[in-house]
Amino acid sequence: MTLRLFIPVDAGALAVGAEEVADAIRAAAARHNVALDIVRTGSLGLYWLEPLVEVGTPVGRVAYGPVAPGDAESLLRAILADGAHPLRQGLSEEIPWLKRQTRLTFARCGVVDPRSLEDYCAHGGGKGLERALALGAEATVEEVVGSGLRGRGGAGFPTGIKWRTVAQTSAQQKYIVCNADEGDSGTFADRMIMEGDPLVLIEGMAIAAIAVGATKGYVYIRSEYPHAAATMEAAIAAARRGGLLGNRIAGSAFNFDMEVRVGAGAYVCGEETSLLDSLEGKRGLVRAKPPLPAHKGLFGRPTVINNVLSFASVPIIMDRGAAFYRDFGMGKSRGTMPIQLAGNIKHGGLFETAFGITLGELVDDVGGGTRSGRPVRAVQVGGPLGAYFPRALFDTPFDYEAFAAREGLIGHGGVVVFDDTVDMAKQARFAMEFCAIESCGKCTPCRVGSTRGMEVIDRIVGGENRAANLTLLEDLCHTLKFGSLCALGGFTPYPVMSALTHFPEDFGAPPRLQAAE
Amino acid sequence: MQQGRRSQDRVPWHQEVALRVIREHVHREGPLLPILHALQDEFGYIDTAAEPLIAEILNITRAEVHGVITFYHDFRREPAGRHVLKLCRAEACQSAGGDPLAARAEARLGVRMGGTAADGSVTLEPVYCLGLCATAPSAMLDSRVIGRLDEGRLDALLAEAQE
Repeated sequence: MTLRLFIPVDAGALAVGAEEVADAIRAAAARHNVALDIVRTGSLGLYWLEPLVEVGTPVGRVAYGPVAPGDAESLLRAILADGAHPLRQGLSEEIPWLKRQTRLTFARCGVVDPRSLEDYCAHGGGKGLERALALGAEATVEEVVGSGLRGRGGAGFPTGIKWRTVAQTSAQQKYIVCNADEGDSGTFADRMIMEGDPLVLIEGMAIAAIAVGATKGYVYIRSEYPHAAATMEAAIAAARRGGLLGNRIAGSAFNFDMEVRVGAGAYVCGEETSLLDSLEGKRGLVRAKPPLPAHKGLFGRPTVINNVLSFASVPIIMDRGAAFYRDFGMGKSRGTMPIQLAGNIKHGGLFETAFGITLGELVDDVGGGTRSGRPVRAVQVGGPLGAYFPRALFDTPFDYEAFAAREGLIGHGGVVVFDDTVDMAKQARFAMEFCAIESCGKCTPCRVGSTRGMEVIDRIVGGENRAANLTLLEDLCHTLKFGSLCALGGFTPYPVMSALTHFPEDFGAPPRLQAAE
Repeated sequence: MQQGRRSQDRVPWHQEVALRVIREHVHREGPLLPILHALQDEFGYIDTAAEPLIAEILNITRAEVHGVITFYHDFRREPAGRHVLKLCRAEACQSAGGDPLAARAEARLGVRMGGTAADGSVTLEPVYCLGLCATAPSAMLDSRVIGRLDEGRLDALLAEAQE
């Protein structure tokens, strides 16, 4: 009998020893003369249990974690005897943290071999493309419009409207560009898809190509993600071999191919126009809009540029229909959001759920509070440009508009938890510092204002003309917000002002009254 | 692939090799970033002498090439140490105790972030997110990723890099 195991090659799992665990299990199996078949998958996203080892059984996969190399011997004995083990988590699909999720975009992530087209298709992959080909370009665009899908990169612009705009242009050459420059701290959903189910991204981009009449695609992956880039390359090669990319894709009349491009360590290239300039081989400077990328994008051609999660959500929308997807969520936020729980959190990982879950449920209930065991004091939602929320705002539902109404943003869905040892003036200063490091330099408020912002915060914390400098900081944030072309300068005020508003005591000002919340 | 080559496999700057590397990518759309990555992978850095070569082949100005090289944090103007240790300095790692670890690494190597240890063994660099935020704090030693960093793991990494 061959023992079938599933061990992630996801970078997050490798970072905590998945490779060493796989090696130790191979060695233990050799000692016991057990034939092994180890399938390397992505991660299920239950990172506090990584490295997670799953065993294929007739009733489903049984999970063990977090496994250390030293556990290999006892683990193998327990598996062979189907006996108890302290790391045994039971059937993976029954683990409550996973079971309470609604996995649409991440349905296959952590389940399949990311480099295998056969595995992909055996788990429902490819059906979205099939239906898009049956419906035709125009109906495909309308299906995406009807789903209510909004850009998952952070801006939340309706994906279908973008596609319709590109579809309505006439040009010899149009492009599909995937923004995989996932630079926000606290986010890793794009990385997980590229490492765990890259073919869903390829399928989503192929559907976009058919819908708008594009023949060439690029995935722009940040250089900090070498594992994601390697897996994407392998998946693209597999897709070409299987006829999902290339001439006459999936037996249709459409041609579409794509390639991976690697960034070079510039956060601002996550901004779409800056990314396009970078792809063209220029400094990653932000462009003024209009013209929109939909009209004049890559090399001046009409371009669909979407985030990884936006493209990766399209195949299920096409497969199950717009209404199926739209039925999840609340208000104008339709479908599901892959939320990433990160930082000082007990149960961190990828939690995909319908919009509407509150921040408190996410942090306290799903996340289990801090890993340090100390009280949660602040939560930054939406990356380095997102606001810091205090416990008093934990009733905020995860929804684009609800966060905006409270001077925050959901961005790309990252939630970073801080305990009560955090110094919020230091976090506000870091927001300015990060803006100074990463500014592309085009807009003066961002290029210069960020450095001035650090200095002003230093003076406030140092007790120098505090009242006047607080006014100056607010004024500076106002200038950044309205005087910058893109979100880097425009949104840096969110973390700064939210820290100041909700945690004034850290800036040497009197504490905010609870009643004022 | 960036960071794909081990430092000991890298070759010293050589114009003929550089020209071959540049020409391998010149047919691509938007070839400049792939060329720069390939040069850095080959030599470990991008020599100033590469700028006019690229400019001539791509028919752009040397200033444009220089501007692109200096815009991106990844591109080096001189070789790094034998190993590169990147420590994540972004928010998720800050929340999990990343700042004291960065200070510890600086103290043990006797350098500030961005510097190379006197013996040339390791260059210490900040990185703003490796996407390992649920197992923070994170680090990257050459192409290897490390999560749940603590003092013990950091010291082991530093010892390995300084061997």
